[in-house]
Amino acid sequence: MMDFGAWINVIDSTIRLSTPLLFAALAGLYSERSGIFDISLEGKMLIAAFASASAAAVWGSAFVGLLVGILAAVGFSLVHGLASITYRGNQIVSGVAINFIAAGLTIILGQSWFGQGGRTPSLFGGGRFEAIDLPGAAALRDVPVVGRIYADILSGHTLLVYVAFAMVPITWWVMFRTRFGLRLRAVGENPAAVDTAGISVAWLRYRAVIICGILTGLAGSYLAVAQAAGFTRDMTAGKGYIALAALIFANWKPVPVMFACLLFGFLDAISIRIQGVELPIIGEISAQFVSALPYILTVVLLAGFVGKATPPKAGGVPYVKER
Amino acid sequence: MSRPYAKLPGWIDYGLIPLVNLIVAFAVAGLVVLIVGESPVEAAALMIRGAFGYGEGIGFTLYYATSFIFTGLAVAVAFHAGLFNIGGEGQAYLGGLGVATVALALGGTLPWWLNLPLAVCLSFAFGAAWAFIPAWLQARRGSHIVITTIMFNFIAAALMVYLLVNVLKPAGTMAPETRTFEAGAQLPKLRGLFDLFGVSLGGAPLNVSLFVALLAAFLVWVLIWRTRLGYEIRTLGFSPRAARYAGMSETRLIVFAMAISGGLAGLMALNPVMGDQYRLLIDFPGGAGFVGIAVALMGRGHPVGIVLAALLFGVLYQGGAELSFDMPTISRDMIVIIQGLVILFAGALENMFRPGVGAAYQWIRMRTGERAGVDVEEAR
Repeated sequence: MMDFGAWINVIDSTIRLSTPLLFAALAGLYSERSGIFDISLEGKMLIAAFASASAAAVWGSAFVGLLVGILAAVGFSLVHGLASITYRGNQIVSGVAINFIAAGLTIILGQSWFGQGGRTPSLFGGGRFEAIDLPGAAALRDVPVVGRIYADILSGHTLLVYVAFAMVPITWWVMFRTRFGLRLRAVGENPAAVDTAGISVAWLRYRAVIICGILTGLAGSYLAVAQAAGFTRDMTAGKGYIALAALIFANWKPVPVMFACLLFGFLDAISIRIQGVELPIIGEISAQFVSALPYILTVVLLAGFVGKATPPKAGGVPYVKER
Repeated sequence: MSRPYAKLPGWIDYGLIPLVNLIVAFAVAGLVVLIVGESPVEAAALMIRGAFGYGEGIGFTLYYATSFIFTGLAVAVAFHAGLFNIGGEGQAYLGGLGVATVALALGGTLPWWLNLPLAVCLSFAFGAAWAFIPAWLQARRGSHIVITTIMFNFIAAALMVYLLVNVLKPAGTMAPETRTFEAGAQLPKLRGLFDLFGVSLGGAPLNVSLFVALLAAFLVWVLIWRTRLGYEIRTLGFSPRAARYAGMSETRLIVFAMAISGGLAGLMALNPVMGDQYRLLIDFPGGAGFVGIAVALMGRGHPVGIVLAALLFGVLYQGGAELSFDMPTISRDMIVIIQGLVILFAGALENMFRPGVGAAYQWIRMRTGERAGVDVEEAR
C-alpha cells in the first residue's frame, strides 16, 4: 500500500483536480436551482479556458485572462438564457448547441490567431496564477504529520483554488440566508408563485444564468491559466459533465457538492496511480473502470438505489405567464 | 394563457421557418469565416465543389450521409415519444461491438449477404440494449433520461476502450483495434453501380449500408405514422397525460421507443465498421451520434426531412474536408460550429423568428387581394 508521502500527494492533486469541478458544479447549482437545466457547463468552461488563455498570452496578465474568460462564459450563458428564458426553447437542445459551438470555435479561432494547431502560446510569469504559500508553510514543514498536511495540502495552491472552496460557504449563505437565494429557489420550484408575488421570473432566472456564466468562467480560466499553462484542444475533456454528475450526486446542495467534487477529483487523482495495482479480493482494477466510476455512481444514484435525487420541480420547463 | 404562437400553414411551418433558421445559422457561420479572415462565399463555393464537383466527392458525401440517416432517425424516434436521446454516440459504439461479433465469428464462413442481416440484427440489439437501461430507469425510477444517456456515452467509451485493449486486440499488436475482417464480413462498395451511370466513385467508401439506411427511414415512417405503436408513441410525446388516460402503458412505450432509437443508432456502426474500415476501431462513431441531433431537429422528425438533412451534413463533412485543404485556417472543426449553430437556431431558438415570419405572412395576405379577405370572412 501507499505510504504517508504518497497519500499527501494524492490528496494534494485531489484538491487541484476538484477545483474546476467545484466551480462548474456550483455554477450549475445556481442555474438549475432557478429552473434552467444546464448541460452546457462543458462548453462554457471550454470557451472560458480558451478566452482566458488567449487574453493572458496577449496581455501577459493572468487577471486580464480571468476577466476575459469570465466575459466569454457569461456571453455563452446569455445565449442559453435567451433561448431558454426569452424564447422558451428546449433547454437541453440549447445546451447541446452551446457545447458544439464552443468545441468548434475554440479550435478555429485558436488556429487562426496563433497558428499552433488550436493551442494557445505557453503562458509564463505573470500570465499564470502562481502558487500561494500560506504564512509559515516552509517553517512548519518539518513538524511531523501536521506540518506536511499544512505545507503540502493546505498551502501552495493558486488563488483560484482558495476562491473555489470559499465559494461553497458563500453559495450556501446566498442560497439559504438571503432574499435573493430564497426567490431563486422558489423560482425553480414554483415560478407561478414567484410571479404572483410580483417578482420577475425572467429577470431572476437571467441573474442565475449570469452567475452560472461567471462561475464556469472561473472554472475554465482555472484550467488554462492556473492548472495548465495555456489552452489545449478539448482541454475540459468531459469535466463539465462530471461537474453535472457531482451536482446531481449532491442533490443540488452546496456543501454536498463540495464533497461530491472532492470524491470525483479523488477518483481522477488515483486513476493514473491505480493502473496495474493489485487489490485484495477485487484483483487488478482497470484505469477505464476508475475513469467511468463517476458516471456509473451518478446513474446508480439517479436510479434511486442509493439515496434519492430530487431535482428542482420546475427545472427544464419554460415559464409561460398566465394571462 | 400567454399569446400562443400563431397557427401557420404547413408550408411555412415545415418549409419556410426551417429554411430561415438554416439561413441564419449559416450566416453566423459565415461571420466566423469572416473573422478568421477568409471569404465566406468562396468557402461555400469550395465546399459545394468538394462535395458534388466530382465522383469521389459525391461518394464520400453519401457515405457520411448514410451514418447520419441512422443517427438522425434514432434521435427522431425518441423525440416522437417526448424523449431526448443524447446517447446515440454510445449506442452506436456498442452497435459496433455487435457488428464486430458477427464479423469476427462468421466473416470467414458466410458470404456478405448472409452476414449483413445478422450484423443488422446484432448491432440493433446491442444499441437497443444500451438504450434500454436509461429507458427503464426513466420509466420506473424516474431518473432523467438526458443525464443518464450522457453518462452512458462516457461509460460506453470506457467499456469499449477496455474491451478493445484487453479482449479484442489480437495478441502481439500495439494498436487497440480488432483484426481485419475476412472477405465475408466486408460490405460491397457501390462503385460498380455508379459506374453504370458514368460516375466514377474512385476510393469513396460508399457501400450497401446506404440501402439499409433508406430502408430504415421507410420503416421508421411506417412505424411512426402507420402502426398502433407509432400512434401510441406520438400520443405519449404529445401529451403524457392523454396517453395515461387512454390506458397506454408509459413504461412499455418509453422502453420500446428508446430501444428502437438505440437500435437505429447501433445500425450506424454497419457503415464505418463493416463498410469501410473492416475492423473495430477506437472512437469509430466520430461524433455521428451527436450529428444525429442536428439532423433530427432540422428534418423535423420526419424521415424524408431526415434523409435531406443527413445529405446536407454529408455535404458539410465532405465539403469541409476539401475546404480545409484550400483554406488551412478552416479545419473540419468548422463543421462542429455549423452543427452547433443549426441545433441552436433550428432547435433551441426555433421560436425566435416565428412571430416575425407569422406577422409578415399575415401582412402579405392582407396586401395581396381580396381573396384572402374572403377566406377570413367565410371562416367566421
